[in-house]
Amino acid sequence: MTPRLSTFKRPTPNSKGDGIFRTTIIGISLIIIAVFVLSIYLLGRDSIPALRQFGFGFLTSTVWNPVTKQFGAAPMIVGTLITSFAALLISVPLALASAIFVAEYAPRWLANPVSYLVELLAAVPSVVYGLWALFALKPIIQNFQLSLYTSNPDLVTRCSALRGEGKNSLACFFMPEAPTGLGLALAIIILTIMILPYTASVARDVIRLVPGDQREAMYALGATKWEVISRAVLPFARAGITGGVILALGRALGETLAVAMVIGNSTEFVNSVWGNTATMSSIIALQFGDAQETLQRSSIVTLGLLLFFVSVVVNYSARLIIVRLTPRGIQQ
Amino acid sequence: MTRTLPGVAAPRSALSSGRRGMNLFMGFLIALGTLIVVAPLIWIFVYLIAQGVGALSLDFFTKVPAPEGEAGGGWLNAITGSLIMLLIAATVGVIVGVSGGVFLAEFPRHKLMPTIRMVSDVLSGIPAIVVGLVVYSLVVLTTRQFSGFAGGLALGLLLIPIVVRTTEEVLKLVPLSVREAGMALGLPQWRVILSVVLPAATAGIVTGVMLALARVAGEAAPLLFTAFGNNLLNLDPSKPMSALPLQIFIGATSSYDVNQNQAKAGSLVLIVLIFLASLAARRATRQKRN
Repeated sequence: MTPRLSTFKRPTPNSKGDGIFRTTIIGISLIIIAVFVLSIYLLGRDSIPALRQFGFGFLTSTVWNPVTKQFGAAPMIVGTLITSFAALLISVPLALASAIFVAEYAPRWLANPVSYLVELLAAVPSVVYGLWALFALKPIIQNFQLSLYTSNPDLVTRCSALRGEGKNSLACFFMPEAPTGLGLALAIIILTIMILPYTASVARDVIRLVPGDQREAMYALGATKWEVISRAVLPFARAGITGGVILALGRALGETLAVAMVIGNSTEFVNSVWGNTATMSSIIALQFGDAQETLQRSSIVTLGLLLFFVSVVVNYSARLIIVRLTPRGIQQ
Repeated sequence: MTRTLPGVAAPRSALSSGRRGMNLFMGFLIALGTLIVVAPLIWIFVYLIAQGVGALSLDFFTKVPAPEGEAGGGWLNAITGSLIMLLIAATVGVIVGVSGGVFLAEFPRHKLMPTIRMVSDVLSGIPAIVVGLVVYSLVVLTTRQFSGFAGGLALGLLLIPIVVRTTEEVLKLVPLSVREAGMALGLPQWRVILSVVLPAATAGIVTGVMLALARVAGEAAPLLFTAFGNNLLNLDPSKPMSALPLQIFIGATSSYDVNQNQAKAGSLVLIVLIFLASLAARRATRQKRN
């Protein structure tokens, strides 16, 4: 069916339909910005009572006590930073190993299932990690703590005396207060596993993008496989890997329920690697529902606001690093 | 280095034993690291099957929970709650996410483009629990009621940035020539996008939404103070609602064996559903690419 040319309406560059379509699309897209702005507004509004009461002292005060209505976030900020960075420190080498394995060592039949498994690791829900840590890992840690107890009876008495005076020593820092299994160590372990896939999948993708020439040139110089990887591949991919690491950090800082289920939730500073403590997100999850006092609610929302800003900064810098530092050759 | 004649392959021994040892050692470490990365997943799966299957029965899918600590009952309330809230989340996520993706991919020169992309990227990193706080403030405080709508909206907000991203990427895979062909037929841009570009990208977008839903289906943190949970069967989203991850959280932190075992069974169901969804989505993309 070929219409005669005269019946053919030539669309003007700015046809009416285009205008409507464009406006609709942009209008709906603006919701994204609205969500962002609204989040800042709502969190900011709800944290005013706490900020008015405590000011910047909120960040440095070490007492979080709903009964005396004193709220300071320092123990939670420290808890969040320690768990996140420790988890990052352990997970990065492991994630890199798996990325290198998938991209450089494994034959295709092995690489695909392994990288699929790593991706599934990211799909496991936080509560399921928490449940697994609570029922499968906690008894193991508990047994280990008990063996620490029985093998160093002197140290146990010395440490409990020291702790009674509110002091600590390096040896006591590694000595559990009570063999509950819960606490900082378990939180770090579970967090490590949870953020592995983020670094691993970004690193794998970036390593795969490194041009083959780069490797061949190094092989031609007589390098071994490890020398090729460590001197020709990893330096080329470092920007992307750094970005992936920072994204994983963002995940770790905001990870909530798995950590809340195993960290022991005490609003004290950590006094040993096994000690009970809390993170900002675990306090939000476990205390917001029960908080009746305006001031406590507001203090918890302030923690949320803080987390919001931290994750914005962390994510923004991750994207920036990936874009800025990626060598021209492997930019997508 | 031993000197060799040109054209003659260097003998194997040209590699010092130190370098060769290092090479083997690092290869070993890399394989070991990979094993450590993969082990937890297999461990979790085996553990949940071993511990969770026992508590699975027909009742689990057809009854509501018994009072805490009592045997019997099921998680029907959580299953329906999850489905309803995911439906709400998908509606929010698809409308805003696909529009955002279309905007980023089809109007790359628009002056708002970089801002929206940046904000969307940054939103994807906001912790789910904080999104829960925001929706609490926005919906629960306004309506004075925990509700399935609030929970669905919280999940939907988590969905938006993921859907924006995949939609944009999928749309960019549609060749420019397809768009030009549409234009050459005299179609205005909106018709080209709606009738040519989007249909070509539908499969990819659906896959992306499925993957995103699978991710969001496991979130309990944003539901804590939005959907709140409900031990009764409730199909009305304007009332408090339960969800699988929420019920797992409650069960796992309960001090009763019955509830803990049900939480393990629930975890198994949830994790199998999520894996199946992502497996299906992956299959679909692979076939598309081949």
